[in-house]
Amino acid sequence: MRAEMASGASSATSVELGRSPLAHHFDDLEQQFEASTLGMWVFLITEVMFFGGLFASYAVYRSLYPEGFAVASRRLDYLLGAFNTAVLICSSLTMALAVRSAQLGQSRALRLFLAVTMALGLVFLGVKVVEYSHKIHEHLVPGPSFRFEGPHARAAQLFFSLYFAMTGLHALHMVVGIGILAVLWILAWRGRFSPQYYTPVEVAGLYWHFVDIVWIYLFPLLYLISRT
Amino acid sequence: MAHSPIVPQRVYWLVFITLLLLTLVTVDVAFYDFGWLNIYLALALATTKALLVVLYFMHLKYSSRLIWGFVGAALFWFLLLVGLTGADIFTREWVPDPPGWGANGSGP
Repeated sequence: MRAEMASGASSATSVELGRSPLAHHFDDLEQQFEASTLGMWVFLITEVMFFGGLFASYAVYRSLYPEGFAVASRRLDYLLGAFNTAVLICSSLTMALAVRSAQLGQSRALRLFLAVTMALGLVFLGVKVVEYSHKIHEHLVPGPSFRFEGPHARAAQLFFSLYFAMTGLHALHMVVGIGILAVLWILAWRGRFSPQYYTPVEVAGLYWHFVDIVWIYLFPLLYLISRT
Repeated sequence: MAHSPIVPQRVYWLVFITLLLLTLVTVDVAFYDFGWLNIYLALALATTKALLVVLYFMHLKYSSRLIWGFVGAALFWFLLLVGLTGADIFTREWVPDPPGWGANGSGP
């Protein structure tokens, strides 16, 4: 009964708009918003498990080789890591403000905040490129060319395996996130969002903040093991 | 009320400034030697920051109980993953190896 009424109402709006953002299998935009948001949370839970495996192996090997992880960690530039943490926190703020602009129907502000968020994401990746190229030049990439002085070479190689796996996977998520934001920017430019329909912006925000949270853990765990 | 409420800008800025300050504390704390406490301090600070992001930036504070349940499930399974892995690794030394399982590669 309720479904019939709602679909009747939605077909009226879709006639008005020419194209409705409401997919036919939802009663109304609110239900669609709830389903999409829940779907993104479920995806993020699979991401927690995905990164969780790496964090678990990090915990195991760090506790088995504490000294090796400490000396290897000192080879990372913690100032660059801290700078990148700040960059990501700024990008989370601008992403949250982008969602807020979408809620208020402020299309120009939405596009501006999306652009700033993307720019900050690119700054993060740029710093990452600088860090990776330093590590390559210092022969810290695990494999045949890996060189590390002292008694902890094997543990250090383990540390750098985890460093590249975890930060590499994180950087891949950043690249994907920037791509998603670019699509959102184009959709916003075409006027697809309104205070009634901004679900893609909200859902992309959830993803972006999640990637920020992963870095919030990676920074102290990789860069700040033992600085005393 | 299924759409997220519009959070005042002031809240976002307050969370943002707190996150930056906590990052400074995270860096600073790493330069003091608290022994085994260092790692737990770092994790506690990171978790505080993550909570702020999840609650405010990701709107969990304003979300339905269904979402809270899913986030709780994620936390539970993650702790299970780390907890059981740790339980395996750190109890291996507690009992002696069975005969023929020596450390010199004589095991199966």
